[in-house]
Amino acid sequence: MKFVQNIFDQTRPLVEKDGKRNILYPLHNALETMAFVPDHTAHSGAHVRDAIDLKRTMVTVIFAMVPALLFGMWNIGRLHYGAIGLESTLIENFLFGALKLLPLITVTYAAGLGVEIFFSWKRNHPVNEGFLVSGLLIPLIMPVDIPLWMVAVSTIFAVLIGKEVFGGTGMNLLNPALTARAFAFFAYPTWMSGDQVWINTSGGDIVDGYSGATAMGDLATTVGQGLGNPATETVMAQFGPEGTYSLMNAFLGLIPGSIGETSALLILLGGLFLVFKGVGSWRIMLSFFVGGLVMAGIFNVFAVNEFMALNPIHQLMLGGFMFGMVFMATDPVSAAQTETGKYIYGFLAGFFGIMIRVFNPAYPEGIMLAILFMNVMAPLIDHYVVEANIKRREKRLANA
Amino acid sequence: MSTEVKQKESLFSKKNQRLLSDPFNDNNPITVQVLGICSALAITVKLEPAIVMSLSVMFVLAAGNVIISLIRNLIPNRIRIIVQLVVVASLVILVDQFLKAFAYDVSKQLSVFVGLIITNCIIMGRFEAFALGNGPWKAFLDGIGNSIGYGVILIAVAFFRELLGSGALLGFQVIPDSWYIANGGFYANNGFFLFPPMALIVVGLIIWGQRAKNTKLIEEN
Repeated sequence: MKFVQNIFDQTRPLVEKDGKRNILYPLHNALETMAFVPDHTAHSGAHVRDAIDLKRTMVTVIFAMVPALLFGMWNIGRLHYGAIGLESTLIENFLFGALKLLPLITVTYAAGLGVEIFFSWKRNHPVNEGFLVSGLLIPLIMPVDIPLWMVAVSTIFAVLIGKEVFGGTGMNLLNPALTARAFAFFAYPTWMSGDQVWINTSGGDIVDGYSGATAMGDLATTVGQGLGNPATETVMAQFGPEGTYSLMNAFLGLIPGSIGETSALLILLGGLFLVFKGVGSWRIMLSFFVGGLVMAGIFNVFAVNEFMALNPIHQLMLGGFMFGMVFMATDPVSAAQTETGKYIYGFLAGFFGIMIRVFNPAYPEGIMLAILFMNVMAPLIDHYVVEANIKRREKRLANA
Repeated sequence: MSTEVKQKESLFSKKNQRLLSDPFNDNNPITVQVLGICSALAITVKLEPAIVMSLSVMFVLAAGNVIISLIRNLIPNRIRIIVQLVVVASLVILVDQFLKAFAYDVSKQLSVFVGLIITNCIIMGRFEAFALGNGPWKAFLDGIGNSIGYGVILIAVAFFRELLGSGALLGFQVIPDSWYIANGGFYANNGFFLFPPMALIVVGLIIWGQRAKNTKLIEEN
């Protein structure tokens, strides 16, 4: 460790303000704070003493994502070998998944950090760690077979329009990772939806009875056909206890989908970790879940098609609901800031997510759109919560 | 009788030149005044309608400015908006009929947006702000200047949207067919550029770029 510190100490004069290589200062600063706890201390005022800074927060979220990430990696391999009818071991699944996922992660980080570094260099800011989490979230919400340059373009768009336009990390209105996905979804719909992109089928003959669709895609085909219509029977059989999308499979994550979104169990595990560490807001997660449950429950009561008739809990285990709840809606910057606001924000995000998903089969990923929509509404919610607070106190003062 | 002889201003004096050049950058109707956004979003999917739209607006704005300026002393102040509307509406009908006769395809693509030139905020804005208080020649220059400022942005937005959204320019395929994934290449058109929100984002990026260059435009707050 001493040796690493020596390197940083020796190169520092070079990159400081009047050093020869001061253009590299942001990079030096970023690497140094990544390796060591910064020794800056505040000089004035009262400060909360806590070891947690932006970097630690971000790393905590990354730890929380690891289970879902590893599962996603394994699931890529499992689905791939399953689709081409080969037996595979645990290790083979992992290896195949890693081969697919690592390029995605690398490209995302390269593209996103490239834009970030460019802007901090232009604006003379130190590079901050805002992209650490987004860079890992983006690959997890992409289909496995999306071309890498599309991921790069979406990432650049997200960092540019989602974040830098508003002034960088901490100032963004929208969740950057979801902005990237929304961009990819509208820009390259062929590679973001349908039944061709979720399972890699290269290098083998596809087995009989193979379907590359996701649960959401299959459910969307039932919209417009009445309840109990024989045409939807085969689709709905897959949601039965023995089917591909059974409640158990959906909970464990043994279904096709975006890379990291499938396993509700491991996502919840990550969510618990976030709540336990105080990084993720349990208020948002809870109200998000309740919001989704209420909407799914309402649909269930008025079920006119199989999508609506799906058991509410089952409904919530499918698609990106869980992932959105734990990792997307809880983004501390784009979510509501007030405690009451968080309940409203989370509830409406879950509520609208299920609503969009069921009402508009063209947008199976309603969760993404709902969270982005609520991101935009969050400042409004906060405003009214604060106003209400002021009014209540004024009233109390008048009565006293 | 007054012996004062008013200095006659030359047709292209400095002041008059500014009427033409100001709306191009410092006082651009779209990027600075943020007027006429609706049409900038609606008809910029392809380059051709955008060009036709710019020309139509140029005709309506220049001719309308001149007409309003000529009759500015006759218009009763209370009903001036109605008079202005009549003038724009007549001019727009002329344009519409002309397009239907000579450029039917484009007219089809522009559909209601030719008619909606009537409500284009730039036109009423120029009538109110300029033509009512200035002579016909100045009003003409102002009309031309503003419609160029409008057209340039419109065409720039349409250029990017058609190039990235459909891989074509003016209807001609620019990106080679062999690049597309369907033909074994790597490229795919960006469908997002076909949606109006992308026009808003492109306009936003243009505003961003313009303000980065032209620091006068940055408001103090």
